[in-house]
Amino acid sequence: MALQSLDIRRRSATTTRSPDIRSISTGGGVAKLIDTTKCIGCKACQVACMEWNDLRDEIGTNTGQYQNPHDLSESSWTLMRFAEVESPKGDLEWLIRKDGCMHCADPGCLKACPSPGAIVQYANGIVDFHEENCIGCGYCITGCPFDIPRISKRDHKAYKCTLCSDRVAVGLEPACIKACPTGALVFGTKDDMKLHAAERIEDLKSRGFENAGLYDPAGVGGTHVMYVLHHADQPQLYSDLPDDPHISPAVRVWKGVTKPFALALMGFTALAGFFHYIHVGPNETDERDEAAARDLARKQEKAP
Amino acid sequence: MSDPRAPIGSAEQREAAEARRRDLILRYSAAVRTRHWLVAIAFVLAALSGLALFHPALFGLSGLFGGGPWTRVLHPFLGLLMVVIFLILAGAVAADNRMEPRDWAWLRQYRDVVNNREDRLPEVGRYNAGQKLIFYVILACLVGLLLTGLPMWHAYFSMYLPVGLIRLSSVVHAVCALVLICTIIVHIYAAIWVKGSVHAMTRGTVTPGWAWKHHRAWFRETMTHAANSRPRAD
Repeated sequence: MALQSLDIRRRSATTTRSPDIRSISTGGGVAKLIDTTKCIGCKACQVACMEWNDLRDEIGTNTGQYQNPHDLSESSWTLMRFAEVESPKGDLEWLIRKDGCMHCADPGCLKACPSPGAIVQYANGIVDFHEENCIGCGYCITGCPFDIPRISKRDHKAYKCTLCSDRVAVGLEPACIKACPTGALVFGTKDDMKLHAAERIEDLKSRGFENAGLYDPAGVGGTHVMYVLHHADQPQLYSDLPDDPHISPAVRVWKGVTKPFALALMGFTALAGFFHYIHVGPNETDERDEAAARDLARKQEKAP
Repeated sequence: MSDPRAPIGSAEQREAAEARRRDLILRYSAAVRTRHWLVAIAFVLAALSGLALFHPALFGLSGLFGGGPWTRVLHPFLGLLMVVIFLILAGAVAADNRMEPRDWAWLRQYRDVVNNREDRLPEVGRYNAGQKLIFYVILACLVGLLLTGLPMWHAYFSMYLPVGLIRLSSVVHAVCALVLICTIIVHIYAAIWVKGSVHAMTRGTVTPGWAWKHHRAWFRETMTHAANSRPRAD
């Protein structure tokens, strides 16, 4: 297990309590605040992420826009998504969103993962993949409401943003935060980030962005990566940021009631058989049945 | 084979004649027994590997397959193997599994069935209504498992399909597997309950008394058939 200095709130596919004697998490855990209204799309965060995590994605092809690479991958854990949006007033807005893991308080990936300890949620709120336990089944992708995890074709392990759990564990801020030149990325306790966001939103509203707001979706219990959006009423404008993300009901049923119900029903079926045998007993044939069979055979032979 | 009285015909006919010489009745030919046990083995492996991926309490079963990643790699192939062999088996037994009017009467008298009061039941052909139902439930579950398992197969299919379909497939796959496993538990128990069934599926033969008691209509058929195919006594 990596990062044993951190308390763990939840582990995938584990029904017993996780190691958490320290209980030092304060301020609602840690959070990254991404202020899309301050972002200039320079991709310094992408570069810093590559550098700190030793990631080098394959060189892709130009798809006619600034977005590069075109999508998240096992080697690109964060990505500036560029959306050109025409406002009702006729203005062209360039909405740039730094995409990556949202570190949900109720993580769909962790809920779906069948491998014990392959996905952990630290007490500070970071959701981390431990690739040494990953079996490569892809259930995390099925469970994620934000389409974030990617499985490597090379080692068949799932990867995504770690929120620099290794840096945060030793009191450093994530690499992307350190690189941001405009202060669009800030990092601290979740409570502090909400306060900071509130100030920013007030400022934006005074500048005419009436619908400016914080994206901290309640459907996944809130997230430890939050956005300040100019148009918080229309998150889908930002390259399809989900309006109301939540763990799919199908995944909830699959990973919720189905599991204990299935074990109980299988056990019940086996027990029902066992006690039927004890109660009613086996269905056996004896010499009388053999005699009756001979009689019938003889009769049938006589009258074909 | 050097026996001049050996009947000419298919392997199954030779097996049937051999059984008659020992006053037994051939119920499952070697070919059917082989298919049955191949399906059974594939089912056990697919079920154990699938259960490992289904519930944390059963993840330890992945150790039987060489660990988590190997379980993830092998499970879909084991499942595919099970479906393919079952379809081959089903081709041999489907004709005898058609539901007939007397089967519904048999089902309505389920109390007599589970209490070993077979004398009160309508005559049964090669398979009783319970066996036929099990056949159809297994067939439906396997089709369901195949159709939902392919979208879940991350290595080859998932990336081409919408995530909503994969989510739905995941829960339906689990439900189909649950129904299949419970059905197989019933199937295995029935074989333990009705003595002589295991012998039929391992050695191929049953006694005339067994056939008379449990499958009388089939017993009549085999008697007629045997009379017709008996070599002349002269």
